Amino acid sequence: MTRINVTVDGVRYSDEVEPRTLLVQYLREGLGKTGTVVGCDTSNCGACTVHLDGTSVKSCNVLAVQADGHEVTTIEGLATDGELHPVQRAFHETHALQCGYCTPGMIMQACDLLKENADPSEQEIREGLEGNLCRCTGYHNIVKAVQQAAKDLSSQAVGS
Amino acid sequence: MTITEDREAQAPDAPAGEVGKARRRKEDQRLITGRTRWTDNIQLPGMLHLAMVRSPFAHATISSIDAAEAKGAPGVIGVFTGEDLKDIQGVNITAWPVSPDQKTPDHLPVAVSHVAHAGEIVAVVVARSAAEARDAAELVDVDYDELPAVLDLKEAAKDEVLAHPDLGTNKSATWQLDSAGQGSGGDVDEAIAKARDGGIVIEREYRQQRLIPAFMEPRSTVVDPTGEQVTMWSATQIPHVLRFCIAATTGLPESKIRVIAPDVGGGFGGKLQTTPEEFATLAVARKLGKPCKFTETRSETMVSGHHGRDQWQKLTLSAEKDGTVTGLKVELMADLGAYAAIVGGGVPVLGAWMFNSIYKFGAYQFNTTNYYTNKTWVDAYRGAGRPEATYAIERLMDELAVEVGVDPLEIREKNWIKHEEFPFTTVAGMTYDSGNYEAATAKARELFGYDELRAEQKRRRESNDPVQLGLGVSTFTEMCGLAPSRILGALSYGAGGWESASIRMLATGTVEVVTGTSPHGQGHETAWSQIVADRLGVPFENVEVLHGDTQIAPKGMDSYGSRSLVVGGEAVLRAADKVIEKAKPIAAHLLEASVDDVEFKAGTFGVKGTDKGVTISEVALATWTGHNLPDGTEPSIDADATFDPDNFSFPHGTHLCAMEVDTETGATKMRKYVCVDDIGTIINPLIVEGQVHGGLVQGIAQALWEGAEYDDQGTLVTGSFVDYTLPTAADTISFVTDHTTSPSTYNTLGTKGVGEAGTIASTPAVVNAIVDAVRHLGVNDIVMPCTPERVWKAIQAGAAVTTEGERDAAPHFDEGAPNQDPASGASEGSDQ
Repeated sequence: MTRINVTVDGVRYSDEVEPRTLLVQYLREGLGKTGTVVGCDTSNCGACTVHLDGTSVKSCNVLAVQADGHEVTTIEGLATDGELHPVQRAFHETHALQCGYCTPGMIMQACDLLKENADPSEQEIREGLEGNLCRCTGYHNIVKAVQQAAKDLSSQAVGS
Repeated sequence: MTITEDREAQAPDAPAGEVGKARRRKEDQRLITGRTRWTDNIQLPGMLHLAMVRSPFAHATISSIDAAEAKGAPGVIGVFTGEDLKDIQGVNITAWPVSPDQKTPDHLPVAVSHVAHAGEIVAVVVARSAAEARDAAELVDVDYDELPAVLDLKEAAKDEVLAHPDLGTNKSATWQLDSAGQGSGGDVDEAIAKARDGGIVIEREYRQQRLIPAFMEPRSTVVDPTGEQVTMWSATQIPHVLRFCIAATTGLPESKIRVIAPDVGGGFGGKLQTTPEEFATLAVARKLGKPCKFTETRSETMVSGHHGRDQWQKLTLSAEKDGTVTGLKVELMADLGAYAAIVGGGVPVLGAWMFNSIYKFGAYQFNTTNYYTNKTWVDAYRGAGRPEATYAIERLMDELAVEVGVDPLEIREKNWIKHEEFPFTTVAGMTYDSGNYEAATAKARELFGYDELRAEQKRRRESNDPVQLGLGVSTFTEMCGLAPSRILGALSYGAGGWESASIRMLATGTVEVVTGTSPHGQGHETAWSQIVADRLGVPFENVEVLHGDTQIAPKGMDSYGSRSLVVGGEAVLRAADKVIEKAKPIAAHLLEASVDDVEFKAGTFGVKGTDKGVTISEVALATWTGHNLPDGTEPSIDADATFDPDNFSFPHGTHLCAMEVDTETGATKMRKYVCVDDIGTIINPLIVEGQVHGGLVQGIAQALWEGAEYDDQGTLVTGSFVDYTLPTAADTISFVTDHTTSPSTYNTLGTKGVGEAGTIASTPAVVNAIVDAVRHLGVNDIVMPCTPERVWKAIQAGAAVTTEGERDAAPHFDEGAPNQDPASGASEGSDQ
């Protein structure tokens, strides 16, 4: 067992973990952060995407020990001060989710995409989400959600 | 933190009521913030975890299982074989023996002595953690005697190698619908014979490849045996059917079983199953008396969750010289995989009424023969029988158009049912109540820019552009709203097709709606709220929809077959009407008026000709107190309704697809996709659009990317998301969707169902477009999925076609007959 110190959604945790524990297992089974889910075992689906120090990672592809000393944000920590994140809000408003299983990962990846590129084209959005699978929406409304979130984030930036 | 709806972007022509409004979903709040209740999230005190030991062989007998080492591994509580569980594990049954003499092998959740496909469970390891259980599963030593496996459908038909030696044959059943025999049309063989002499006969063989539903949430089951009732949480579409099947096969009384489907992450038919994993988890939990959880890995889903499609379709279409179709004969071979699943042999049968589609054919015959092979079982996948039928007929109509030398839309119009001809009884014997194929097609054609794209196609042809353009048409219909119970009975299906609903009028003004449907992404909580809000005149926000728990919603037939709104929504509406009827005399009493003078409008009971009124919520409160009710009135205005439809519903639509094909590489690119669907009355356009988009991509994926492939040992080589190529955002485009509306006459709201439309329609639209792009190069078919390699090979080979892999299609037609399977090289057909 190895001790790790990790901040998840703003809370500091110190835990003993088996070295082979995946970050997603630590989040779900260790911390009860079940908003982050597992959709595959080959790191293809992206359902487990979280932010590690602000950058998206597939948490099935990171060991918990690699998160030692780092900061993790999950879907459960994305909204702040009782307000939904603009990407969460855009997903709701444009009906970019159906069963919702891919949604946490998709939202976390969309945030990362918009951080890298505040004004992406449709093609850039599609390529930026290529590592996240959705079986319900056909991606049509997910693309629209990211477009709307881009607009909202830029007007927020102008306003502030 | 809640969603506030300060930006409800309503269209200017938005309806006054709730029905038709693009309501944002109630379900979203928890899903976008991660406050979800997936089965795998559930943790119970003392809960144990299961791992399955699965057969690596496609076909074998089990000679011995040595679990000693596994039992001694850290954290392991026990290892159970089929022998250990055989008295209580039950059996995975099929609900639909399609013929009285159907051969049905027993499907034990944990195999006892014989495994019939790779991935079948042979032992269950129980440990304190999932990781320990998986580690120990590696230590279970199973000795197998491998048997020859039959993997190919056409090989299975020869009965040389048997999937289940005990059955003596691979053939499960045959089933026929004959228009002459049942009196709904002429004799198909006569029609074909006549067409051979001066008419047109088109003979084709199409392959419906095997697909994997690939819902995003892997299946998971938790069983808590510690209460008076055994409680099972499961990622299922069918909690009610599952409870029935457990009671029917395990010896547990139905009243002692509670099944809960919490948040369920997609299904598409893939969770329309009672699974070996559910039964094994139940059996082990009962043995140990402790809560148990099993969550599969994705790789396990791929080999163990049922697959879809998998047919060979031999088709003979006869027509007059002008393109008027006179007959269609369908001969299917369907691969059931190793076992008859819950719908099982009925899936191809569901296509029987759909091969004739929207057309007026003089004669029709449908035949299916279902076979077992040593592969994963096959069952319903989005559309179930109807996509296969739609693909076949829409591909054939394009072939006929080429033969006659007219535009594919023109040949369809020549043969389709005109809007003034409804209701129309088809050659298959179904009565379509409503539809307007002309209107949908005209709208789609305009949105698509059909004539402009045809002109561009001509220019590219003439300039010999290496990138050719093809236009694909699919004018589809489907039968939805499964299903009238009497029809199911006549087809020997093991259950009814009704749906149930209850409405509870709470004292404080809110309303609980209980539905027997079991959503897993469809948004029933929102749509059912809209229906009830309108009917009862209460605020949308005041309606709570409850589902997916047999203790809360005791009666139901669950969600599949585009039935939830058409059947379940109607039950909800009828329950609301009963509430109004029960409330009316109480309202009259409170208003001191005669019942005949009271009318209900927009949530208020008013006295005609006065401004006196009492709201339904006020009546609910008065009923709850019971202080002042008419004599002899029971203090309840709650109501139940169970609706059994008289008929199916028949959504239809026109889908148009433009594909660019690089003739030098075989690469294809979707340029534009337009669909105009007529699904009757729309409750929520936002939800409908979402269903259409997702359906389209699943159908497009069959045309272009997906296929379950086995090696010659019976190992699924597309056994993970690395190899089974689900489309990504980067593979797909944005779609143009629109609607025409001809309401169904079989239910009050006029709804028809939309869950499967996109998937059913899109596959032939895409393949027709690709074939249209390269037809001038001598290509008249490309086997799905139309990968660049297959497209390129088809172009290189001219008239020849890429068959599935390198395998030759069996000689399905008489030698020397015209228009044979293109793979055989015959070339008398329309492709010259």
